Amino acid sequence: MAKIIVVTSGKGGVGKTTTSAAISSGIAMRGHKTVVIDFDIGLRNLDIIMNCERRVVYDFVNVINGEANLRQALIKDKRAENLYILPASQTRDKDALTVEGVERILNELAADGFEYIICDSPAGIEHGAFMAMYFADMAIVVANPEVSSVRDSDRILGILQSKSRRAENGERVEECLLLTRYNPERVAKGEMLGVQDVEEILATKLLGVIPESETVLKASNQGIPVIHDIESPAGQAYSDAVSRLLGEEVEHRFMSVEQKGLFKRLFRRSA
Amino acid sequence: MPLLKSLTGKNTESSAAFRLKGGLFPLTLLEISHYDRTEFEQQLQDKAAEAPIFFKQTPVVLSFEEFDGELSTLPLSELVEICKTHGLLPVALRNSNAALQDEAKQISLAIMPVGRVKPNADKTASDTAPTATEDASAAPAAEHIGEINPNSSPSKIVTTPIRSGQQVYAPGGDLIIMASVSAGAEVLADGNIHIYGALRGRALAGVRGDTSARIFCQSLEAELVSIAGNFKVDEDLRKDHWKSAVHASLDEQTLCITPLV
Ligand SMILES: Nc1ncnc2c1ncn2[C@@H]1O[C@H](COP(=O)(O)OP(=O)(O)OP(=O)(O)O)[C@@H](O)[C@H]1O
Ligand SMILES: [Mg+2]
Repeated sequence: MAKIIVVTSGKGGVGKTTTSAAISSGIAMRGHKTVVIDFDIGLRNLDIIMNCERRVVYDFVNVINGEANLRQALIKDKRAENLYILPASQTRDKDALTVEGVERILNELAADGFEYIICDSPAGIEHGAFMAMYFADMAIVVANPEVSSVRDSDRILGILQSKSRRAENGERVEECLLLTRYNPERVAKGEMLGVQDVEEILATKLLGVIPESETVLKASNQGIPVIHDIESPAGQAYSDAVSRLLGEEVEHRFMSVEQKGLFKRLFRRSA
Repeated sequence: MPLLKSLTGKNTESSAAFRLKGGLFPLTLLEISHYDRTEFEQQLQDKAAEAPIFFKQTPVVLSFEEFDGELSTLPLSELVEICKTHGLLPVALRNSNAALQDEAKQISLAIMPVGRVKPNADKTASDTAPTATEDASAAPAAEHIGEINPNSSPSKIVTTPIRSGQQVYAPGGDLIIMASVSAGAEVLADGNIHIYGALRGRALAGVRGDTSARIFCQSLEAELVSIAGNFKVDEDLRKDHWKSAVHASLDEQTLCITPLV
């Protein structure tokens, strides 16, 4: 049985695509056959972050329209053994996605033996975002530690639990929160919401906290999902999140201000 | 009155396009005692002005149990149209005659079984002591409650958070929420509202005019609190008991916030 996970947020630019790339890579690296689908029709970001934009021949919409089959459209990732990418169309508009079409593709992927299907949602609460979440078993709600992003996430959680296929059948979509671009220094100064504030407002399980880190931009410019950068705090935080997603218990890190400098090093040595 | 769909034939094939599920919904009866177009329309309009929240595509069952007059000449489609323009959506008929049922079929109304007899139809009750239902009908805002099957609770219980953009309404009774109400969410009840979590959005109790309704919450962080149309907004609420467990009630026309201890 394939598990369908939507990465969604409401608000734009919070890190959904970065997260979809990192999480799908992470799950695949742990040995699970995984596909990541770009639902952001018309924009196409995922293939760039995953450095496969030049290998795109057919896309998600082609497959829905029957102009190509899945095998022709799926792109095999060069880094993670079990990972495939289903890119979005750059030329179509998002109405090309239909409930029947998306369902057929998801069923085909499941029949093909994919264990995890990660859906990278576009921003907003319109058609594209709705299509990305409709069939989800689980939602990773990405939020930044600021009021407007948290409010949008709350909105998305409401839509998810009332409009999705599962909600229609009287079931719940498993939900979890991923707080990204977290900057403990700015939280300490009161410029950003803290983890606890966000958790309290959204009242949902915390999957992880991804620190704000320059390595993310560097990674996306190089087309290497940041989870491959095992030195970077963001990469490590994503790796922890993948462990939790797969059921392991891992303590949360990167939530408080790092003490830097000589004092810390001395302290560490003597400890 | 409850509408019970007892068809539960569940298709187990994964390709099934639908499933039939049992559902139990409180439905309001529109008990029509006599009919004159102008009068009916006027009275409906007045009611809608009194309780606009109730007249929002609300399904009703047209009942003719107490109809005084000749049922066969009743212009059913006209009556249904008037209901629709005022926010009531007739879905079925009850206690009508054969002619009316024929007409109902043509305009796609269901025929409800006669079912349980309401308490106030029991004419053997003492004339001097008004029954509970008669009492209720004296206060127009509470009429709806009297129509509900005494066996089913008119309270609505929600166990999950009410998120921004969502609206939950408990017609005819209390609303009980075992989680928080987010900023940007709205909860409404004809009766009381109990929130076992933080109230960060809007809560409106007694929306059909019940001034004795109350609102309880574990933490007051609301955008708006209203009882029978008397409200306070965020700015006024912040002054006292902000972020503490309180209940709101109405003293004359004034909304009072009192700590829960
Ligand atoms: N942890 C992080 N630290 C620093 N920058 C980050 C982090 N996460 C994401 N970013 C940056 O934020 C920007 C937006 O990220 P991304 O494209 O993943 O967001 P999105 O939610 O998919 O956006 P859209 O809504 O447009 O689809 C990118 O420039 C990305 O590099
Ligand atoms: Mg994106």
